[in-house]
Amino acid sequence: MGTVTTTTLQQPQAEEYRVHYLNAAYGIKSWLLTTDHKRIAWLYLMSTTFFFIVGGVAAAMMRLNLISPQGAIVEPATYNKLFTIHGTIMIFFFLAPVVPTVLGNFLIPMMIGARDVAFPKLNLLSWYIFITAGMFLLYSVIAGGVDTGWTFYTPLSTSYVDTHVVSAAMAVFISGFSSILTGLNFVVTIHKMRCPGLTWFRLPLFIWSLYAASLIFILAMPVIAITMVLVVLERLFHVGIFDPALGGDPILFQHLFWFFGHPEVYVLVLPAMGVISELIAAFSRRRVFGYGFVAFSSFGIALLGFLVWGHHMFVSGQSVYAGIFFSAMTMAVAIPSAIKVFSWTATLYKGSVSYEAPMLYALGFIGLFTIGGLTGVFLASLGLDVFLHDTYFVIAHFHFIMVGGAIMGYMGGLHYWWPKMTGKLYPDYWARLAACIIFIGFVLTFGPQFILGFEGMPRRYAMYPPNFQFLNIMSSAGASILAVGYIMPLFYLIWSLKYGADAGPNPWGVKGLEWETASPPPVHNFDKTPVVTEEAYAYGAHPAPVTTAAS
Amino acid sequence: MLCLLPLLPKQASTMAPAVDHLLWFVIGISIFFTALIFILLLVFAIKYRRRSPDEVPQQIHGHIPLEVTWTVIPIIIVIIIFVWGADLFVRENRPPADAVHVYVVGKQWMWKLQHPEGPREINTLHIPVGVPVELTLTSQDVIHDFAVPAFRIKTDVLPDRYTTEWFTATKTGTFPLYCDQYCGTFHSEMRGDVIVMTPLAYERWLSGGMHHTESMAAAGAKLYESYGCITCHGTGKAPPFVGLYGSKVRLEGGQTVIANDAYIRQSILDPSSQVVLGYKPIMPTFQGQISEDQILQIIAYIQSLETTPGAQGAEPTKETK
Amino acid sequence: MSEEQHATLVAEQFDDQVQQYQAASLGMWVFLTTEVLFFGGLFASYTIYRYLHYPGFEIGSHHLEVLWGATNTAVLICSSLTMALAVRAAQLGKIKDLIGLLVVTLIFGLIFLFIKFAMEWRHEYLHGLAPGVNFTYAGPHAHQVEMFMIFYFVLTGLHALHMIVGCGIMTTLIILAARGAFSKGHYNAVEIAGLYWHFVDIVWIFLFPLLYLIGGRY
Repeated sequence: MGTVTTTTLQQPQAEEYRVHYLNAAYGIKSWLLTTDHKRIAWLYLMSTTFFFIVGGVAAAMMRLNLISPQGAIVEPATYNKLFTIHGTIMIFFFLAPVVPTVLGNFLIPMMIGARDVAFPKLNLLSWYIFITAGMFLLYSVIAGGVDTGWTFYTPLSTSYVDTHVVSAAMAVFISGFSSILTGLNFVVTIHKMRCPGLTWFRLPLFIWSLYAASLIFILAMPVIAITMVLVVLERLFHVGIFDPALGGDPILFQHLFWFFGHPEVYVLVLPAMGVISELIAAFSRRRVFGYGFVAFSSFGIALLGFLVWGHHMFVSGQSVYAGIFFSAMTMAVAIPSAIKVFSWTATLYKGSVSYEAPMLYALGFIGLFTIGGLTGVFLASLGLDVFLHDTYFVIAHFHFIMVGGAIMGYMGGLHYWWPKMTGKLYPDYWARLAACIIFIGFVLTFGPQFILGFEGMPRRYAMYPPNFQFLNIMSSAGASILAVGYIMPLFYLIWSLKYGADAGPNPWGVKGLEWETASPPPVHNFDKTPVVTEEAYAYGAHPAPVTTAAS
Repeated sequence: MLCLLPLLPKQASTMAPAVDHLLWFVIGISIFFTALIFILLLVFAIKYRRRSPDEVPQQIHGHIPLEVTWTVIPIIIVIIIFVWGADLFVRENRPPADAVHVYVVGKQWMWKLQHPEGPREINTLHIPVGVPVELTLTSQDVIHDFAVPAFRIKTDVLPDRYTTEWFTATKTGTFPLYCDQYCGTFHSEMRGDVIVMTPLAYERWLSGGMHHTESMAAAGAKLYESYGCITCHGTGKAPPFVGLYGSKVRLEGGQTVIANDAYIRQSILDPSSQVVLGYKPIMPTFQGQISEDQILQIIAYIQSLETTPGAQGAEPTKETK
Repeated sequence: MSEEQHATLVAEQFDDQVQQYQAASLGMWVFLTTEVLFFGGLFASYTIYRYLHYPGFEIGSHHLEVLWGATNTAVLICSSLTMALAVRAAQLGKIKDLIGLLVVTLIFGLIFLFIKFAMEWRHEYLHGLAPGVNFTYAGPHAHQVEMFMIFYFVLTGLHALHMIVGCGIMTTLIILAARGAFSKGHYNAVEIAGLYWHFVDIVWIFLFPLLYLIGGRY
């Protein structure tokens, strides 16, 4: 057994006088006009957290309403607006951006030894486009809401509702461009800006997964963009692209929407999976088991993810043969995810496991994602999907993946890299407590929903038959616990900014280029461009660890 | 405690036990793998916990036989689940030839059901037990979905086309039916009941209703006259309806189609799109003038016109377009 | 070029000119890929509806002025030629030629837009063929003709939007070239803009036969 050498940089000045990216410039202009990828990551952190709170408030109101079969606090018309806003915000304004634009923006250049992304100004533009999209969405909420569901199915959304569909569709359209430009930036950065010695198979798995997610952004987002344009045109000009009366086809809308929509959900989970690879490696002091398989599985998921969209349409009137094809493809896409889960688990075997908060989130992810993924197999199977389609089973399935999976991955990453981003340590006791509360609250919220689905309770129901009430109350009670778990980090993370201990360059004692520079990093990330001579996660490696030219 | 909670609705159709068998199989697989991962994670996390701050464990990069195993075994399992589920699905899409038909029109926010013998219902469906029932469904406005969890069946209900759903109830009783595709403000109130009766009780219910309403075919015959279809289709200026239903039709342009429900509906609403060989495109469109219920009645009327009395027409293939 | 002048042309995130050029080039190719998918959704929808509603689409297509469409096709092909020549001029350091060729390319683009908006769209609007604003066609397959016209306007409108952006890019390049921003060995922006211009041209090459040439005109 070897020892881990944590590289301590020669600090030329005392910590409080060192210039880094946070104190290199002050004032609102230095933030709003920054092109530093690290500051842009903070801009996104602020805005995505804001949207998470809005979407979370909508969820809280939904769960409160569902305590009573007649609807406890709102009318059905309002409830329908709540679930639409919840879905639209959480998917487009929180989950899709958060890991790529907060963690990805901050870390990609650092993990590849670069000074910034390939197109820093475009990076800032992406954020402004995101904010513009957010303005459109907030307008549609404040002006009265939209009640089509985040899926905007036609002809309901084009011809039958009189709510603010156009502004909501524009919000989705514009946010798509923000994501496209971010994905473009990441692909070019990863291709062209790796430091010397950093070959593809020496890259951290986080980079692989972000690259795969960026490919999806590039290929899928344009399709939702054009689909939203068509919906807007149909509403504004009363033309009937999806209107049967004109020979239009509402099912075409579904095909266009889900051709984007399914790869989109892989965009939501792939970056979080990348985070988990980093966390598992770091907190077992091990290179992830089966690195090659795990790297390629990200691409497998991205690619196969484009071939399964019809599994949202098994009962839509689509042909039986199409259903059979899509069911087979969906089964196929389950396999790379299974490989990842097994590989992460095997990484712990004979590892050196520690239980800091990030690792608790990672372990929680693996458990909950396993359940989420397995329940996807129910829905991939044609005979079972006919029974379970559009019931609470589907809701539970995707929340296990999106919340139990993706959000826990984000929280784990945020806690892992917080010391790097801020130079401060947060109190691990409270962080671990919050992680446990989130896990328990989550299971109590969404576990009962599987059973509600088996019992036949449809989704998007503002009111329901009384026999479903008990499980709904259990789910709402769990949601209140989950809310507490999410609020806690706001407190101790903000506390740490002022009162936290200094983190130093490598508080976890782990491998990775980002840990070979100071916390917070200097404006250009590294004092000298690193040269890589070993694999990723080279714990116990001999001879030399990662060098920087200075040492 | 879990066994006190009803996990699944009563099995009330012939397909329900088959669906539940697959369901339990996948539940079993899921519980197995979930338990496996949870236990392994727990055991590894505890057994291999870090015992000293500088500890660096043995680096294991991979193990090809293990990785191949844990790829191949899940592949085999999902193939089994796929084939099993596809088989159920194909069976669910093949209604028996001798099914009793009921016609359903969904609209925001109610279900209108019509039996061929005449009785109409709102949000309720009376059917006999043990007899296959095939629903032909369409929507007057947005997309709905007709779901009966006790039968383990559902299908989307679309505007401008027909979808079908079939089941054979195996238990008498009342079973909930839901709209299962979000359709607007009162989507969650678009619910009802399927009331399954003994064949005798069903006949009594049917004939009770028949005293007050005429059969769909009779209503369709009246529409055939009141909408003026008879002026051309009864005089040779347009294709005759006797023996039409289910037969092959040759169109101008060379195509051959089957005269099914969708064909008849399209002929009424967009006649110039499929003109029969040898006839002129002079039929006016009835788009906007005739309701979905009335179209179904006309279809029932046409269906009742066999070439010889008592003979079965060609097998009605309910292809949806 | 002196060392300092050379150094100021490389943005600080890049190590050298080569990396900067390769990154910008890859970036444009990736962006064009997103554009393929963006137009692709429209093309796919068009294809499906054309298959389902061929008679109406044929009638709609015959209501378009092939002459204008063909003229525009010729205009765009010429503009791609002048664009390619402009890149060549930049490669050779011939800045006056570069500016001239960019100006000609811009003029071709503006001619295209003029024909598209002032001649074709205005003509279709005045003749009651503009769905949503003025659609009065009542002949056979009226609904299908309307569907065709919707796709005509959305496809050509989206394309025209890209042309307008392209003209903006040309204008920017002309101004930059006039200020001496380009020289032999330092003309990345011209080449990358050329990629964009050629892409917009290729989209039109697909649009023209799909929209104007349905069913032949004999």
